[in-house]
Amino acid sequence: MKIIVCIKQVPDAKDVRLDPITNTLAREGVQSIMNPYDQYAVEEAVRLKEKCGGEVIVISMGPPQAEEILRQAISCGADNAILISDRSFAGADTWATAYTLEHAIKKIGNFDLIVCGKQAIDGDTAQVGPGLATRLDIPYITCVQKIREATESGLIAERMMDDGFDVVAVDYPALLSVVKDINEPRVPSIKGKMKAKKAEIVKFNAQTIEADPACIGLPGSPTKVVNVFPPSARGGRSVLTGTLDEQIDQLVEKLLPYL
Amino acid sequence: MLKVSKELCIGCGICADNCPFAAITIEDGLAVVGESCNLCGACVESCDVGALTLDVGGRKAQEDLSAWSGISVFCEYRGGELAPVSLELLGIGRKLADIRGVKLSAILLGFETKETATLLIGHGADAVVLVDHEALRDFRDDCYSAVFTYLVQQYRPEIVLAGATAIGRSFIPAVATALNTGLTADCTKLEIRDLNGVLLQTRPAFGGNIMATIVCESSRPQMATVRSKVMKALDFNADRKGEVIIVQPPADLMKSRVKILESVVGEASKVNIQDADILVSGGRGLETAKGFELIKKLADTLGAKVSASRAAVDAGWIPYPHQVGQTGKTVAPKLYIACGISGAVQHVAGMQSAETIVAINRDEHATIFNVADYGLVGDLYEIIPKLITKLEERRSL
Repeated sequence: MKIIVCIKQVPDAKDVRLDPITNTLAREGVQSIMNPYDQYAVEEAVRLKEKCGGEVIVISMGPPQAEEILRQAISCGADNAILISDRSFAGADTWATAYTLEHAIKKIGNFDLIVCGKQAIDGDTAQVGPGLATRLDIPYITCVQKIREATESGLIAERMMDDGFDVVAVDYPALLSVVKDINEPRVPSIKGKMKAKKAEIVKFNAQTIEADPACIGLPGSPTKVVNVFPPSARGGRSVLTGTLDEQIDQLVEKLLPYL
Repeated sequence: MLKVSKELCIGCGICADNCPFAAITIEDGLAVVGESCNLCGACVESCDVGALTLDVGGRKAQEDLSAWSGISVFCEYRGGELAPVSLELLGIGRKLADIRGVKLSAILLGFETKETATLLIGHGADAVVLVDHEALRDFRDDCYSAVFTYLVQQYRPEIVLAGATAIGRSFIPAVATALNTGLTADCTKLEIRDLNGVLLQTRPAFGGNIMATIVCESSRPQMATVRSKVMKALDFNADRKGEVIIVQPPADLMKSRVKILESVVGEASKVNIQDADILVSGGRGLETAKGFELIKKLADTLGAKVSASRAAVDAGWIPYPHQVGQTGKTVAPKLYIACGISGAVQHVAGMQSAETIVAINRDEHATIFNVADYGLVGDLYEIIPKLITKLEERRSL
């Protein structure tokens, strides 16, 4: 079984702040990490491989330093890694990203399954997975919380819905996006870390994947960001005063209309 | 590519200061663009001497944008019920349609939708395009996206809105891909920029730490998803008139490559914190799962429902359907009482539309107090029992 996992390097969201005065991203202390949802995707792919046999290839579109997360994925059990990197990919929106990943995957060749995280925590769009599957003309299941059964020809998965979950069956080739409930990602072993250190990361650029320059990066993106700004604060700070009992009494008065 | 004109650049460094990604450095009196540039264009606007240009071009623009007119809203119908966000989308859709002077249509997909089309007209739709078919009873991505794509191609709306529900977020990206157009997820604000009808789509990014305004200028339709409880529905007006267009799409669009074996309605549907008028919400400050017993007691006193911050959910004290915030639910109750919640941006993003916010927290510097109408600094285990007692006394008076 050949499984491809798409992963992304993202800034740790809890560190990202927009300076309210200069309107720029505060840079200090912002770590780059593997998108948390992608860690579950890597883990699930490795578990499937351990059960059914085969190969797990992790791929990432990003700057040269995204190699770090590819090595991290290898230390957690992935077999091979490909970095899809080119200056011309910069500024890609979800449409151009799906286009680029599609071309990289076609270069890799036949596969049975693609696994993605539900969404990346920097953009939170959840659009690349379904977009990629549509471009590859394969069926997909989003928000998978459990794989109930996996055979050589297909799988049965639980898809999280707003009101519960659906049990969905699909044949390969297919794409899944996974949520964090699906597993508990492993901590890399010493052996895994050694392997990751030595691993050769294959590199693809725009030419390797035969991408149309009009469809990649910012020029290939139908959407463009025209403004970024800090979220507006709601109201002002108002802390009740007096002893705790007095404060509680004041609050009770305010809450009376709701009783 | 971002280009720096050697003739014009004076090496002042304003661009470097304005670059959100620290991609510009000044070397030998010239701005130099590094690897981390993602072509956002912030520097271009900041440059006083016009030395920076963003060379875009490339993507082929559609020939005739004016062939697309009107606004369409995807209306979601599942298990005999219309998703409430559908009516909220008709509310904002009506506003946008009036500004543009165009028609608002509701696209309703489902099975045995009965009188739903009439309801949509009463809430603002000029027309309802209805596909009522057994193949649409269960949600299957390929089938929904094929049918919806077909309808958009038939009616050619300039703007398409859908709810950012599990279903909307799953299949709408496939529709945008098939239509070769852009899509902006989870918009919190939608405005029309100018006479060309460019839709300004504002959404949170980086977990709510940043707001970004996004446009899709050169392709149509302009597509956006919106989370529930962000827009307001219009009141139902039985006098409103509208047309119901029943469409029977080609049979091959109804074929699917996935099989739904079972739909399990779980706890999630019973929780539904989005419908509550009052929410009492617990966070990390509770320190233990047992803390939610106290939260529940206060909630019962007020006839409220119980919600939680992500920290409490991640700690396993309460299930995910109760989670408020960026990765949970957006809520807009009349009253929101935050107990032991620090007020991370991600949480605030999900509850700041509440009419009244009360915060109880031990840490007087907690950011939750910045959004609170009434804040109490102190131990919630001391405050809440007293509050319950006093509320009950007042009620029995």
